[in-house]
Amino acid sequence: MKENKSGGSGSTLGIIAFFAGLIVSLVVGWVVFPNLLYSQKTQPMNFSHVAHQDTSCEDCHVFRDDGTYGGVPKLAKCKECHESQMGQTKDEQLLVEEYVQKDREIPWKIYAYQPDNVYFSHAAHKGKVECVQCHRDVVKEEKTPVYFENKLTGYSKQTMKMDECEKCHADKGGSNNCEICHK
Amino acid sequence: MSDKAHAQSGVRYGMAIDLDKCTGCMACSVACQAENNISFRPDESNKLRSITWMEVYLLDNKKDYPDYQFTYLPRPCMHCDAPHHSPCTFVCPVNATTRDEHNGIVTHIYPRCIGCRYCIVACPYHARDFNWWDPKWPKSMEAMLSPEVSPRMRGVVEKCTFCHHRMLKARSKAYNEGSDPDQITYVPACAEACPTGAIKFGNLHDPQSEVAKLAKDPRAFRILAKLHTEPKVFYLSKYQWVHKLSDNGLGEAAH
Repeated sequence: MKENKSGGSGSTLGIIAFFAGLIVSLVVGWVVFPNLLYSQKTQPMNFSHVAHQDTSCEDCHVFRDDGTYGGVPKLAKCKECHESQMGQTKDEQLLVEEYVQKDREIPWKIYAYQPDNVYFSHAAHKGKVECVQCHRDVVKEEKTPVYFENKLTGYSKQTMKMDECEKCHADKGGSNNCEICHK
Repeated sequence: MSDKAHAQSGVRYGMAIDLDKCTGCMACSVACQAENNISFRPDESNKLRSITWMEVYLLDNKKDYPDYQFTYLPRPCMHCDAPHHSPCTFVCPVNATTRDEHNGIVTHIYPRCIGCRYCIVACPYHARDFNWWDPKWPKSMEAMLSPEVSPRMRGVVEKCTFCHHRMLKARSKAYNEGSDPDQITYVPACAEACPTGAIKFGNLHDPQSEVAKLAKDPRAFRILAKLHTEPKVFYLSKYQWVHKLSDNGLGEAAH
């Protein structure tokens, strides 16, 4: 009897300790560690995709003739319209005064930037995969999201991971050989 | 590896090197070094102790004047086409080096390589090199590095890739134009640099390609053919002593 009693209270305490420990580990794993691992960075200025709805996506995000993808447009593209200020926003003022007039490229942080040894061809995926399957949907985006930089690797948190590439390639019958994506 | 991975497709990239045209100028070697971001050490006088993907050997017939003859032999990776495995891919414990059965290119993924160097031992052609040191370039040369090829870190093996980054670019262009990416041809840096046109590159499975025709030439031979590694690099020479040397005595031992 005596043994049973102490065993009973011991196991209750054990269960409480277990759940307390579980909650602590979950909080550490889901909240504390990610906050420690990623530093939050903002873009040099805000870019509103909504404000540019009068142009089509392909006006700025172009394929070059050799099949490579232009990605985020260079300053020359912005200059075509924003040689001088068109609106009233602070961000546009920043663009004109700091970048267009000084002829400095904008140091955008690229959310989908891949490591050095990865080769990705947009041309090979055009028409087979929707843009939003890999990139965020920008149609209704007014504010550029926060850029999360991994403090250990220096890479973006939002970038595509290799297992996602592999999975889609396997599903759709694409090659999963190393040299198709690595250089 | 599934059985599917061993099914060969219509593309088999290969190379034909005409030793009778080779002058030993080493432009291929230099072009390769620049194209593939191969670093170098202060003392590069002994090429056997440094990293060179395209090694140029000097062979001679071991006879005295006036019978003396010599030839140069550029040696990239042979991208061996032996069934199921190349010698190097067979021994790799971590699948860092594999052969793409779609086009026959033997590739090496550097971040996956654990540096055990089994593949270096397995390769009968000495085509593989080990990075004993961190790659280093003089400050003024860093802007000249190619963004198409990732540099290798200390502790991994590297070798000729048949400039597969150029293949990827050509495929990308074909995709963009809407043409068949498997029909593309491209030229590796060594073949592009060769001033005498001794190095030809193309699809061995395409009977119309120059490289497929050269592979069937009576002058054609492959190094250590008796090992049945099935190299995809063919050599051409009109000299029988060169053909004989390419066997390294294996032919005599068989008789």
